[in-house]
Amino acid sequence: MIDFTSEQLERYSRHILLQDVGVEGQAKLLGAKVLIVGAGGLGAPAALYLAAAGIGTIGIVDSDTVEISNLQRQVVHFTKDIDMPKVESAKEKMLAINPGIEVKTYQECLNADNIRAIIRDYDFVVDGTDNFPTKFLVNDACVMDNIPFSHGGILRFDGQTMTVVPGKSACYRCFFRKPPPPDAVPTCSQAGVLGAIAGMLGTIQAAEALKYVTEVGELLTDTLLSFNAKTMNFRKVTLQKQKNCPICGENPTVTELIDEEQALTCNLRQY
Amino acid sequence: MTKIKTADAVKNCRGVGCPMNMVYTKVELAKLQSGQVLELILDDGPPINNVPGSVIKEGHKILEQRQLADGAWLVLVEKG
Repeated sequence: MIDFTSEQLERYSRHILLQDVGVEGQAKLLGAKVLIVGAGGLGAPAALYLAAAGIGTIGIVDSDTVEISNLQRQVVHFTKDIDMPKVESAKEKMLAINPGIEVKTYQECLNADNIRAIIRDYDFVVDGTDNFPTKFLVNDACVMDNIPFSHGGILRFDGQTMTVVPGKSACYRCFFRKPPPPDAVPTCSQAGVLGAIAGMLGTIQAAEALKYVTEVGELLTDTLLSFNAKTMNFRKVTLQKQKNCPICGENPTVTELIDEEQALTCNLRQY
Repeated sequence: MTKIKTADAVKNCRGVGCPMNMVYTKVELAKLQSGQVLELILDDGPPINNVPGSVIKEGHKILEQRQLADGAWLVLVEKG
């Protein structure tokens, strides 16, 4: 078992006091490696909470730089960080919260060629991407490499998330077979988002990562959790792994990674 | 009274408030095997009023609890 310093015992005392987590659970968190894909609305709270929780190694992937329009919801970035690479901005805040962790940055776009080399070093992936092609890419790569992940998406007042444990639970493609056609993707005028729902959803994803690592409770596997912030209704829909799923089914048709076309009518980014 | 079990570990939490005294107690218990005994020293007041109850809730057993000359409490905990 890890010998905690007295500073670590103080820092992580509220985890250690939880009967389900305890000293052993905190040791698991310190030994864990979690990758956050996207340092945007979802990745920002996830990065802050996972750093605070003492996830020992956190990777963060994003090719963008901070823009002023990000700051309404991407709480890991500050006004002074405009034009800075998002991964560097996020790393700075994560280490400021917790200097005892390691943060690895990947300032690149995930694609079919590089994703598997990046994700294979991690125990769990938090998908905080802003576009359908990358969501499918993350799903497919995680299923192929058997890495559990949390899917998340937000738009306007709505959020949805599910946790996938490949081989055991339904994957994203069990229900969403392929990226939506361009005309189904919202146009710019419809693409607003209430800032705080990024925090609501990204924080649920962080909690799922912590639960997976500590083996506490029940994950959102085989479950799509969605909420609408206007009514504050939360809904859980039970899902089942599909035998005819194109990637995790009995006769998979998706056998290699492909970069799907970005089906966007305008440059919708930064969710 | 004859003590049936002697302590396998000792943790002095004099001067340690709630909830850090419980954190230290959990750390010490985590190092022990089931059935081994931790001798715990807790301050009078909130510590002695809170920690033994929390220890029991986590599935351990309090074997003995007595006040010492300086007002602190000695608690023998058997790991569950």
